[in-house]
Amino acid sequence: MRTTFVNTLIELAKNDDKIFLITPDMGYSVLEEFRDKYPNQFLNTGIAEQNTIGVAAGLALSGHIVYVYDIIPFVTMRCYEQIRLDLAYNNANVKLVGIGAGLTYGSLGPSHHAIEDISIMRSIPNMQVLCPGDPIEVEELVKRSYETYGPMYIRLGKNGEPNIHKKGTRIEIGKSVDVKIGNDFALFTTSNTLELAKNWVDEWEKEGVSVYLISMPTLKKFDQEKVEEVISKNMPIMTLEEHSIIGGLGSIIAEIIADSGKAVKYKKIAINDEFSHHVGSHKYQREMFNLKIKPKIDFIKN
Amino acid sequence: MLDITKRVRTHILDMTHYSKSSHIGSALSIVEILITLYFKVLNTDPKNPQKSDRDKFILSKAHGSVALYAVLAEKGFFPLSYLKKYYIDGGILPGHLDRLSVPGIEISAGSLGHGFSISIGMAISNKKTGNKGRIFVLIGDGECNEGSVWEGVMLAAHLKLDNVIAIVDYNKIQSFGKTNEVINQEPILDRWRSFGWDVKEVDGHNFDQLFEALTSTHEKPRVIIAHTIKGKGVSFMEDKLEWHYKSPNDDEYKEAIDEIEREN
Repeated sequence: MRTTFVNTLIELAKNDDKIFLITPDMGYSVLEEFRDKYPNQFLNTGIAEQNTIGVAAGLALSGHIVYVYDIIPFVTMRCYEQIRLDLAYNNANVKLVGIGAGLTYGSLGPSHHAIEDISIMRSIPNMQVLCPGDPIEVEELVKRSYETYGPMYIRLGKNGEPNIHKKGTRIEIGKSVDVKIGNDFALFTTSNTLELAKNWVDEWEKEGVSVYLISMPTLKKFDQEKVEEVISKNMPIMTLEEHSIIGGLGSIIAEIIADSGKAVKYKKIAINDEFSHHVGSHKYQREMFNLKIKPKIDFIKN
Repeated sequence: MLDITKRVRTHILDMTHYSKSSHIGSALSIVEILITLYFKVLNTDPKNPQKSDRDKFILSKAHGSVALYAVLAEKGFFPLSYLKKYYIDGGILPGHLDRLSVPGIEISAGSLGHGFSISIGMAISNKKTGNKGRIFVLIGDGECNEGSVWEGVMLAAHLKLDNVIAIVDYNKIQSFGKTNEVINQEPILDRWRSFGWDVKEVDGHNFDQLFEALTSTHEKPRVIIAHTIKGKGVSFMEDKLEWHYKSPNDDEYKEAIDEIEREN
């Protein structure tokens, strides 16, 4: 995803010298091409995230379209008040690009994991939250982020995620994408669990269970109508995300179900409210947090 | 300058009195700095507040907002009548800064250590685009406790941003104690110098010294350490921590106004 991000930005910057990429000293093997092609639109602000966000705001309030690239905890939590005030309150045109969604940085540990980011970012006024799930969604949403004024958080995985959507699929801010039509229940997913969700749905299909798979590439703005449409069909709903059970996709959908006044069967798959003390790869971390084997679907039965 | 100084101090007293708001001491200490900037130094146009080559002023210590409102109104950025709409229900001017409130407010602010970094970003933009506008940023001495200030100090020096002029309102009192008793800032001149800044030291209530320091040439980012008196101009408020919080009651208000009117 990060390669797709930077390649898309390099393409956009060809025709727009207002694009500015800054990083608090991150981006080895990723940002070099942008840096070398557009040295006047690139700045390494040093390992100083709070100042970096303020500098990004100053650049944006002077007319630039600013992208800030870093590992998720450092570009969201370390400088949260700067994001809230300098970017969101000032409504500055800055896009925070975070890499390492969820447990991506497995063995590096909880300092580098990102399981609270969606929750804290989506609660800030003016802030939009973009969570692409495959390289197609990344390319499309980076383009949309460039076309759309305002502060945004773009949550990326790392590298090597496969395409789930067909090339040419149009992704819009605030719109869901139907990945596979099904009848027995609906599975909503976002960000870096799109591939996992697709694998599960394919397995269920072999077992004779027809699942409606919906990708939610943006969590704010959010496609509330899609959830309401599923509720109106009285279809059971499952959510899957590599984020805390508190405040992410599952919470958003639970709120919509509650607000609808209708009873619909619901199951949330997410990371329990705890830090990882497991040592191991991304794959291993997922296993430890029950995000590897597809869950039982008893909840859809009466 | 005496007339305008008296008028601005009177506005500050009026506003904090009728609204029963705090931070009067922090506003009174920066009056001469703001007047020098807006009436002698800054390239700004109240009729065209967004003109692209303007000099920008950032009040990073945004709790001194009443002083900025008073000076902007006197300069003609918005009607003087707006000064009656500070802090109160249905008001126009908030306690801290909202850039959507009135023309002339460059950034929304209120938390310390933020405006300084934003000003560095604006200075980088002007350098990159060849914009001749300069960036003036006023920070408090207590604000220098914030780590983000020193992150910005390092970056500005590294990038040799000679279009930045920072002013430290060195009134020597912060939120809950004497500045240098909370966290010692001395030797403050050497600190900034050693980080790569061009350092000037002035009496922050002396117009001539301020003008010289704000306008003379420099090759590095400049900082002006402005020695000021918290609560300046009202003797019973001067150098008193309590006037970071209190607002003048009716008797105190009258006494303060009398003293300002007597000054010459």
